[in-house]
Amino acid sequence: MDRFSWQSARSPTEAATLGNTTVAEAMLADPALSAAADCVVLKAGGIDLLDLMKEGLLRPGRVVNLRGIPGLDSIAEDAGGLRIGALATLEQVATHPTLRQRYTALADAAESSASPQIRHVATLGGNLLQRPRCWYFRSAAHRCARKGGEYCFAFTGENRYHAVFGHDDCAIVHPSTSATALVAFGAHVELTNAQGSLRTVPLSDFMVGPAVDIMRETDLRSGEVLTAVVLPSMPASTRSAFLKQAEKPSFDWSIADVAVVLDRAADGRCQHASIVLGAAAPVPWRVPHAEAALVGQTIDATVAHAAGQAAIAGAAPLRHNAYKLPILATLVRRAVLQAAA
Amino acid sequence: MSGDNLRSEKFPVGIASVGLAEIERRIPPDEPPPLPVNSALQVIGKSTRRQDGRAKVTGAVRYTVDIKLPGLLHARVLRSSLPHARVQAVDTAAAARQPGVRAVLVIAPRDAIVRYVGAPVVAIAATTPAAAEAALRQVRIDYATLPFVVDLDTARRPNAPLVYQAGEQPSLAIAEIPVASGLPLTGNVRGPETQGSRGNIDQGFAQAEMLVESDYRTQTQTHCCMEPHAIVADWRPDGLTVWISTQFTAGVRHELAQTFGLKLNQVRVKVAAMGGGFGSKSQLGSYGQYAVMLSRQAGAPVRLVLDRAEEHLDSGNRPATSQHLRIGAQRDGTLTAISLVEYGTAGVGVGAGVGNFAQALYTCPNFSSAQNDVFINAGRGSAMRGPGNTPGAFAMEQAMDELADKLGLDPLTLRDRNDRSPVRREERRLGAARIGWDRRHAPGADPGPIKRGIGMAQSLWGANVQTNAACEVRLLRDGSVEVLSSVQDLGTGVATVLAQVVAEEFGLQPSDITVRIGDTDFPAGPPSYGSRTTASVTPPARSAAWQVKQMLFRQVAPTFGVAPEQLVVGNGQVGVRNDPTRAMSLRAAAAGLRTDQLSVVASRSDDYGGFRRRMSDAALAQTDLGGVQFAAVAVDTETGAIHVERVVAVQDCGRPINPKLIESQVQGGVLMGISYALLEERVIDQHTGHVMNADMEQYKLVGVRETPSIDVVVLENYQGQSATDAYGIAEPANIATAPAIANAVFNAIGVRLRSLPMTPAVVLAALGSVPQGS
Repeated sequence: MDRFSWQSARSPTEAATLGNTTVAEAMLADPALSAAADCVVLKAGGIDLLDLMKEGLLRPGRVVNLRGIPGLDSIAEDAGGLRIGALATLEQVATHPTLRQRYTALADAAESSASPQIRHVATLGGNLLQRPRCWYFRSAAHRCARKGGEYCFAFTGENRYHAVFGHDDCAIVHPSTSATALVAFGAHVELTNAQGSLRTVPLSDFMVGPAVDIMRETDLRSGEVLTAVVLPSMPASTRSAFLKQAEKPSFDWSIADVAVVLDRAADGRCQHASIVLGAAAPVPWRVPHAEAALVGQTIDATVAHAAGQAAIAGAAPLRHNAYKLPILATLVRRAVLQAAA
Repeated sequence: MSGDNLRSEKFPVGIASVGLAEIERRIPPDEPPPLPVNSALQVIGKSTRRQDGRAKVTGAVRYTVDIKLPGLLHARVLRSSLPHARVQAVDTAAAARQPGVRAVLVIAPRDAIVRYVGAPVVAIAATTPAAAEAALRQVRIDYATLPFVVDLDTARRPNAPLVYQAGEQPSLAIAEIPVASGLPLTGNVRGPETQGSRGNIDQGFAQAEMLVESDYRTQTQTHCCMEPHAIVADWRPDGLTVWISTQFTAGVRHELAQTFGLKLNQVRVKVAAMGGGFGSKSQLGSYGQYAVMLSRQAGAPVRLVLDRAEEHLDSGNRPATSQHLRIGAQRDGTLTAISLVEYGTAGVGVGAGVGNFAQALYTCPNFSSAQNDVFINAGRGSAMRGPGNTPGAFAMEQAMDELADKLGLDPLTLRDRNDRSPVRREERRLGAARIGWDRRHAPGADPGPIKRGIGMAQSLWGANVQTNAACEVRLLRDGSVEVLSSVQDLGTGVATVLAQVVAEEFGLQPSDITVRIGDTDFPAGPPSYGSRTTASVTPPARSAAWQVKQMLFRQVAPTFGVAPEQLVVGNGQVGVRNDPTRAMSLRAAAAGLRTDQLSVVASRSDDYGGFRRRMSDAALAQTDLGGVQFAAVAVDTETGAIHVERVVAVQDCGRPINPKLIESQVQGGVLMGISYALLEERVIDQHTGHVMNADMEQYKLVGVRETPSIDVVVLENYQGQSATDAYGIAEPANIATAPAIANAVFNAIGVRLRSLPMTPAVVLAALGSVPQGS
């Protein structure tokens, strides 16, 4: 790892002023030039940033630490919804009483990630902005399409962990379990620029697939700081569930995860359903057909099963990852039943 | 041990839980009298905390990476990013001019062939690791790429790219694994090795009334030692001192002397605490040579520590195998024929066989074996915890389970019929009771998607002994005791075991004994591979202690006015047998010594009953080490997830000296076995030859939530073979786990998984739940 200088920002606007690039942009810079001191990146928990630097994929000249910015880790009621400061740790999200009660799928998603040590350091903002875990993307020896190269090595290579949906020229999956749940709740992200003005975007729009831009996963712009995640107010009758399957229960990435948010009328019929698949596509993958299978129905095993099957309709598995489909269908069915229980 | 001065002694013999008898053995005169069974002993056989336990968990313990010397240089290695290439030019001039660079070593000069991604090309020593890395980035290599092959099946095809061209010879040197020389090389296939075949295989199959036949596949597993390979080499005009994380200090000393033209008395090898080796640290290793060469060149000490990627790429691995196994049996389960055809790959190296498991576990008159090494463009294999027998057991013990199923026999009954080992018979009985074997139900019997099952498998491992192994015991004038040997503790706790053995002999507590090991300035101890440390070093330790005690008795006998034979030790005292009023503290007795210390260096005697086989510095004891493991699993048939809920491991290691440490070894072996069964797999990209998971993230290791309840049952098995009658445990404990889990999975879902690791993808495919990929 090369030498870099270190600076602490005192406010979001100061951070936005200091930072002159996004991590995605910085990684596309000529490796010979990027070690120059003019590349300034922002750091929250630093979990992914440190990985990228150790892997030789990112050589910032300066790192601006956001951790000292006061108040940016608070979780507070906001217009009936909830505003989560971008520096709130995954552990805070996993254990916050309101989140646990009203946004259960999000708390469970945060709790399912990484290890206890990492959850105490990793921030929700950093978690949403982390780069994908695709092993070709993470290998400095493979100049893949996402790093400005010509190929996606995964299509013809080792693709057991890759996307079964939405892989236009790049088969990464978005690694964040929290994103799966946040999209299911219709969360927004709040971005602050150097002038202090805010841009608020639905997370589902903020996350971009390869068809929009193959070289970044979000619409974060240079000179912006992700400052908060805003959860909308939900009816009291809302129930949610999150399920994750990994190859091992401790400290592993999802091979499939699912968030389900349901709202049922007094007669028990489902009047709103939101179902999102994780580790399935380059972005959290909403499955409207599966949602449609629930709306207007009284949820039982048959209905849940139909939702599971609808969720994987249209999937385009690669050579080694079709096994994800029965898992995704199972998780959808189980999560629907769990949310409706 | 010929000669007339042998004396006769009566030893306890047998398995304690079955019944003990006595056996008379003739033993050399300087060997101590027989140890009684553990229940009659004060220290041996009692669980004792490891002496360095606190230092380890508090981080106080020092490893090789912590060795700091004045003027220490740091080395890094440039490695090939191509799987197969000829080096056309190496230009290190710019690198050598970089600030801080003190030595440059070209490992793969012009015209050298690099045969795998991660193969070393240039090593540089500089004043800081960052300076060394920066300098490596200035090295210019021109390669001419060559065609490559990185998977076992492709490499076997007739038109496959050749890893070794005709006339090129792979190195046959590999620690711990015997490799036959002179085998033919056809394409990438070296073999077959047919050793162990017996009887008439065709006749055996003709007699068979039932046949099972299948292919089994096992993956490449890497060692993943918590502590990476590390060396600090200090070359000086008057000799070489090396600190190295090694499983064999004395062996590394010999290698260094030979490699660098030094005399043994010019080479000193030391090892600090170790964080595992599992077979990958059995030898000096090429990285060790580079460090010494750089130190010689720079005239300064050099530290070389592999990083995690290098650990995966170039520090050894457990070879992948493809095994075709065919077993014939009569209706009553009596085996008539076993045929094994195996192709394994140790990358560019040899030693990818599956050992003697299928050959030796069961009594079967007709056996044929053909084992082959298949070369691929990947890092060299090495011994890894139960090498050969671990992948071998995965195939053989599943085939036995399948045979039992087809014959309608209980898997335990089938073993009773074909396994002559009284040890495993007792282990099956104990384990079956512990796991609740009688609750076992038919496959798929559980309602709902989660299916539970119980399975078992057996293990076989030779009881290895290093005959070239010595230990010194000193009694000092204040009554304190030192034990010295070059033997190393790769993490098992051998120092604590030595303290126990010597404490028992002096009537002291283990905490009274200072053990100094891991330094070739001490008498040459055994290697810590082949599960032989305890078997090799505890007998000479006890022998030396007993001889020192006799010297002490002779010096203090006049004080008591009795013959030396009348003296005994106990509770820190020396006294007259059967007369508690006549005793003095060991301390007081030692104060009267004529010299500052009494010291004896003893070496490992032959096993009293003789060895089954003898190699140059090592031997195989008469009886193999047996183990039987049972696993209880829950399989989610909708997600393919296997959860191991419980493992019962019943293991034999002769006389157990420290049950706590043995239990810890067995737990480690079982955990590594679960990890092998369900998770671990080195993944190589076919198109670029790169290992895609040379890390601890995508190379998946068992974690806390995958850790089941592990019941360890240790047999007390007395053979009357040495001064301690103790044998190894670490490797045997790893062998049976994966097949026990696979058999439990079959019992759960009625489908047999014949390849490792058994991931959700594999389970769902076996269940027919996976749609055909695009």
